[in-house]
Amino acid sequence: MANHTHVQNPKVDVQYRRKKNAEEMKHQIVSFTLMIFLTLIAFFAVGYEGFSAWFSVPFILLLAVVQVIFQLYYFMHMSHKGHELPALFLYGGALVAFVTIWAFLTIVWI
Amino acid sequence: MSTLARKKGVGAVIWDYLTTVDHKKIAILYLIAGGFFFLLGGLEAMIIRIQLAVPNNDFISAGFYNEVLTMHGTTMIFLAAMPLVFAMMNAVVPIQIGARDVAFPFLNALGFWLFFFGGVFLNLSWFLGGAPDAGWTSYASLSLASPTHGIDFYVLGLQISGFGTLIGGINFLVTIINMRAPGMTYMRMPMFTWATFVTSALILFAFPPLTVGLIFMMMDRLFGGNFFDPALGGNTIIWEHLFWIFGHPEVYILVLPAFGIFSEIFATFSRKRLFGYSSMVFATVLIGFLGFMVWAHHMFTVGMGPIANAIFAVATMAIAVPTGIKIFNWLFTMWGGSIRFTTPMIYAVAFIPSFVIGGVTGVMNATAAADYQYHDSYFVVAHFHYVIVGGVVFALLAGAHYWWPKMFGKMLDEKLGKVTFWLFFIGFHLTFFIQHFLGLMGMPRRVFTFLPGQGFETGNMISTVGAFFMAAGTVVLLANVVITTVKGKRVGNDPWEDGRTLEWAVSSPAPEYNFAQTPLVRGLDAYWIEKMEGKKGLTPAEPLGDIHMPNPSILPFVISLGLFVAAFGFLFHQDYAWGTPVGVVGLLITLGAMFFRSIIDDHGFHIHKEEVMEAEKKGAGA
Repeated sequence: MANHTHVQNPKVDVQYRRKKNAEEMKHQIVSFTLMIFLTLIAFFAVGYEGFSAWFSVPFILLLAVVQVIFQLYYFMHMSHKGHELPALFLYGGALVAFVTIWAFLTIVWI
Repeated sequence: MSTLARKKGVGAVIWDYLTTVDHKKIAILYLIAGGFFFLLGGLEAMIIRIQLAVPNNDFISAGFYNEVLTMHGTTMIFLAAMPLVFAMMNAVVPIQIGARDVAFPFLNALGFWLFFFGGVFLNLSWFLGGAPDAGWTSYASLSLASPTHGIDFYVLGLQISGFGTLIGGINFLVTIINMRAPGMTYMRMPMFTWATFVTSALILFAFPPLTVGLIFMMMDRLFGGNFFDPALGGNTIIWEHLFWIFGHPEVYILVLPAFGIFSEIFATFSRKRLFGYSSMVFATVLIGFLGFMVWAHHMFTVGMGPIANAIFAVATMAIAVPTGIKIFNWLFTMWGGSIRFTTPMIYAVAFIPSFVIGGVTGVMNATAAADYQYHDSYFVVAHFHYVIVGGVVFALLAGAHYWWPKMFGKMLDEKLGKVTFWLFFIGFHLTFFIQHFLGLMGMPRRVFTFLPGQGFETGNMISTVGAFFMAAGTVVLLANVVITTVKGKRVGNDPWEDGRTLEWAVSSPAPEYNFAQTPLVRGLDAYWIEKMEGKKGLTPAEPLGDIHMPNPSILPFVISLGLFVAAFGFLFHQDYAWGTPVGVVGLLITLGAMFFRSIIDDHGFHIHKEEVMEAEKKGAGA
């Protein structure tokens, strides 16, 4: 229970955590900027007359996937240690759902 | 605060079980409720077999036959096999991984009570205008046309018990990921724990499609929806897909724990470690994964076209490979072992040929072109009973005998156990082997009678005789349970004397807190390792101290009761004015109980060090 505490030198710890947090903040701002940028591109792709729906729909879906990955890794901390199993289950579930929908779209007639 | 070794009256015992959050007591609740529904489903099976014993029989009417047949399938899968599997998981898994309880004891109780009230709700249909009558698959084209409320009972009852199963599955996932004792790495987990882990993952991914399907069906039947009605722009095939996207993984949800139980039994009674442990783990995970890619093999004759049929046929056959790996591993576990033919072990030995027959007919059914002949015939009935009875029911009976001393502190009588086995085993093959040939001769499934002179008489009579053998076996088992409870002698920690895993290191039944000190796991078959080094107990991983325990709570019962009441209200909301208000009151009960759960600050209690030491002294003397 109480054996998780590893604060031998609180000063070092604080310094280290500060550095870590600053780094993370930087990542978050960068990815946030990128996400806004991607959203703008998505709006542009839909609004621009020159692109047909056959291009813009898959294109904005792709952008959406990128945004979900940003969200998971930079804002919901999936990049941190100890998130391997949630990641495994997330990808497992996504794979199962993908294969099912893929089967419906390609070989199964409803 | 400790409830150890205190004599209690009947009312106090009942209250104790209504409010318990202890995984061992919840296991007993699952065992009792699942056992009751197993008897109910068995009774329905006997009615079916009596009706089909002779041609042109009028023991029951055609309409009632449809209800009995539907309820037999639904009860056996959802209300007997599933909870009995959960009984085994609850009784064993937390102890096997060296934990004091599951991760969420409150949710564990909630899962049980949801299942229980869902099951009771479903069965009340018998008294309230008629049971569901569209088969356990409840295909929409049939069930939308059913005139009674039976299908509504099916939809709402399964929805409630399905929530319970989903909660249970998530609970075991979290428990196995987070609560393993120090040293218990993934590749040191007992095979039954691995099976539980993969099964829980399957529950997590397979139950949502069922939930969606049931909600669509509920909308169509009760609230004027049209998801499945082609006349209104719906599509009746969608139900079949949703049902089987759930339904096929469901088969593995049942059979993987069965594999796990047999893996434990083979290793214990061959006095050898399980052969090919890592390949067993691999095969279990692979079966779980492939289980999601094959659902459409139940629908070869729907008209999906040759490409879909071919792909799903090949995917289905691929599952035979990991299953084959398992079969050979069990055989090699026995090879060269010093085998003891105890009751669990003879079930395990009998399981191999029985299940292989079911597997072979499975591959036959998977051959899409040939399936056009087998489809909807008794061949399919024979196939899935070989898999479910020969695999799952044998495993549950074996597991019940194997872990009975751990759950209740007394050994089931070995002689009566063997009588049960032989009656059940002979009856099982007598009932279902002949059905392969009845199917190939053209007898369709789900018919309430057949005509004389078509060559079906002898086969059906043999089948009915076999069913009576199985019933006799079940009666002997019940007698065994009663005799053991009344006259059985208390046993020690390791009554089979060859226990390998952690549950055999604690007293029988295990104390409330399971382990006085969390054990240090030093390898696969942790207890066996300690025994081989001449030690009496486990190596502790922590000093003796106060043990934190969760408080009992009535709220899981109340939450489930609220949904039960709500289901009644909404089921009758088109017929009676009181329907909608009762439904709303039910939901308010549930939400109110959930609200209280959120605001009451429940920190649990501690069993103090001195009490633990005293209890351990007593336990060692028993």
